[in-house]
Amino acid sequence: MKQHSAVGRIDALVIGAGHSGLAMSHCLTGCSVEHVVLERGAVANSWRKERRDSLRLLTPNWQSRLPGHQYTGTEQDGFMTMPEVIVFIDDYAELTDAPVRTGTTVTTVRAVDGGFRVLTDRGEWVVKTLVVASGACNVAKIPAVAEAIPPGLEQVTASDYRNPDQLAEGGVLVVGASATGLQLAEEIHASGRPVTIAVGEHVRLPWNYRGRDIQHWMDVAGVLDERYDEVDDIVRARGVPSPQLVGTPDRTTLDLTTLTDQGVKLLGRLVGIRDGKAQFSGSLRNVCALADLKMNRLLKLIDEWIVESDQAGSSEPVERFEPTRVEGKLPLGMDMENGEIRTVVWATGFRPDYSWLDVPVLDRKGHIRHDGGVTEAPGMYLLGLPFLRRRKSSFIHGTGDDASDLCAHLTAYLRDEFDHRDS
Amino acid sequence: MLWLIDVMVCCMIPGHRPGAFCRYLEEVRTMNNEQKVVDNGVNVEALLAAREALTETPEAAKFQWRATSNWVNGTQAHSTVEGFYGLGEEQKHVTEYSFDTDHPEIFASEDKGATPVELVLVGLAGCLTAGIAAVAQNREIQLRSVTTTLEGGMDIQGILGIDTDVRTGFDGIKVHYDIDADASQEDIEALVAQSQKRSAVFDIITNTTEVTVDVN
Repeated sequence: MKQHSAVGRIDALVIGAGHSGLAMSHCLTGCSVEHVVLERGAVANSWRKERRDSLRLLTPNWQSRLPGHQYTGTEQDGFMTMPEVIVFIDDYAELTDAPVRTGTTVTTVRAVDGGFRVLTDRGEWVVKTLVVASGACNVAKIPAVAEAIPPGLEQVTASDYRNPDQLAEGGVLVVGASATGLQLAEEIHASGRPVTIAVGEHVRLPWNYRGRDIQHWMDVAGVLDERYDEVDDIVRARGVPSPQLVGTPDRTTLDLTTLTDQGVKLLGRLVGIRDGKAQFSGSLRNVCALADLKMNRLLKLIDEWIVESDQAGSSEPVERFEPTRVEGKLPLGMDMENGEIRTVVWATGFRPDYSWLDVPVLDRKGHIRHDGGVTEAPGMYLLGLPFLRRRKSSFIHGTGDDASDLCAHLTAYLRDEFDHRDS
Repeated sequence: MLWLIDVMVCCMIPGHRPGAFCRYLEEVRTMNNEQKVVDNGVNVEALLAAREALTETPEAAKFQWRATSNWVNGTQAHSTVEGFYGLGEEQKHVTEYSFDTDHPEIFASEDKGATPVELVLVGLAGCLTAGIAAVAQNREIQLRSVTTTLEGGMDIQGILGIDTDVRTGFDGIKVHYDIDADASQEDIEALVAQSQKRSAVFDIITNTTEVTVDVN
């Protein structure tokens, strides 16, 4: 069926055929809701087009599970490469027979009486309900200080970065110490380009704890299931940077101390650039102390869970890790014009792109206001954002529970709002 | 076909299945509620209410702090603070506060007050201490005493222009706490770390601030 001229009418429309949009499609099919999934590129487009070459999932293969689909290979403890993730999601689309329209870019969404009008480059739709599953990482966030970077330096965002070879030879300043920042710092430094990393607030996690994957403990202890309405400050929880983890075949821990051992220089948060000199915060030791304390609190929680669950006998003993090492006197400034630094890499986070959304649901920071994925516009839902409904919401395995909750809400909404009209 | 059952269940039960972690949190909350009342003299409820109100009205959160200073004689200055701006209007302290700054006699001054750099240390101590009390109250930790000792190192070759490679200001600040409180060592460390994170003066000192100066 072509949609070039006629207006398509349908109960539900999902924007985005990534793992979240497909999980929602699967739930909608299970609830007999007639729907369509629009995708600007191919299935799993962001995983195909917007990820660096070496990236692997942070979650082990046993955790690659979606409603009705899971990893069935032999490497349960391995970490998928991007081509493997694409196959996994492609298989899911095929298995669930998702009604995906690929190559269809949404250009505008407006609220109309009884639903939404969705304009695309391939026709338009009028729908009763809308699920926005277009991703959390569409655009790289770059701080205002970027404008003051001297013109001779190259700047690359985490979205544009593919591999070290695209960078000039010479020193690199990596800004940001989330999973992305640390992985890029390690990879770029190993390529022979000396790296300095600017470190603000971050989340430190050991890869292995008491003989098991940290993800295993967070999974069984219910940490990942913690709900958005159970945490003290959900706004802060949603903004927490990704934990310093890396999925590698040799299962290594990546933290600031391992980077120091490899020769990467640690500095505080980049706070300004004046007269060609970058200025760094003197708070590095405190942000490291905060991250160490938070890590130890999580480990203590896991220890307590192990005792309560009678698993102490079958687990390795309690471990505590060396506090993050910040050596010597901390430099607060760095000359950006003497040729030592040739490239600045911004690993300062991502944000969604809602430039196509013409429904008044955005807050002053440009995020969609929502209560666990239910927006203020009746019939409009969000999926696949950090801590949307649970701590695991942004992970592949976290989207299933969210999708089923929201599918139930959507189904009830359709029934309550439309059944009496239609009949 | 297990997945089909899964979908049917998931579509029928929107509620959550509380994991052990959620139950653990509940227990901790219950335990905390049964403890004796903690009072550090900080009205945390009012602070949290203000935080919520200012989230809705970000304009009211814009404050301006002011000081006025007059040269007295020699290296002595007499400074006062009274008015400030916030919550959308002019505000006032309950009274005017004044501070005299000068330099010690070994600088050939008359030592009529603290040195300005000592006042910076005082500002940092005051800010961190206030933060510790507020965070402790919020975390239901009873404080008995908080003593802070601060040291700012300085090579005065910078001020005197002897060596241009030497920084004029502090080359580092060391802060030491002695805290007596109903809490574990780890909780006290977390208190100290959190108070730095939320401290305005800590931010002013560790990060850079643009200073604009004009005359007449």
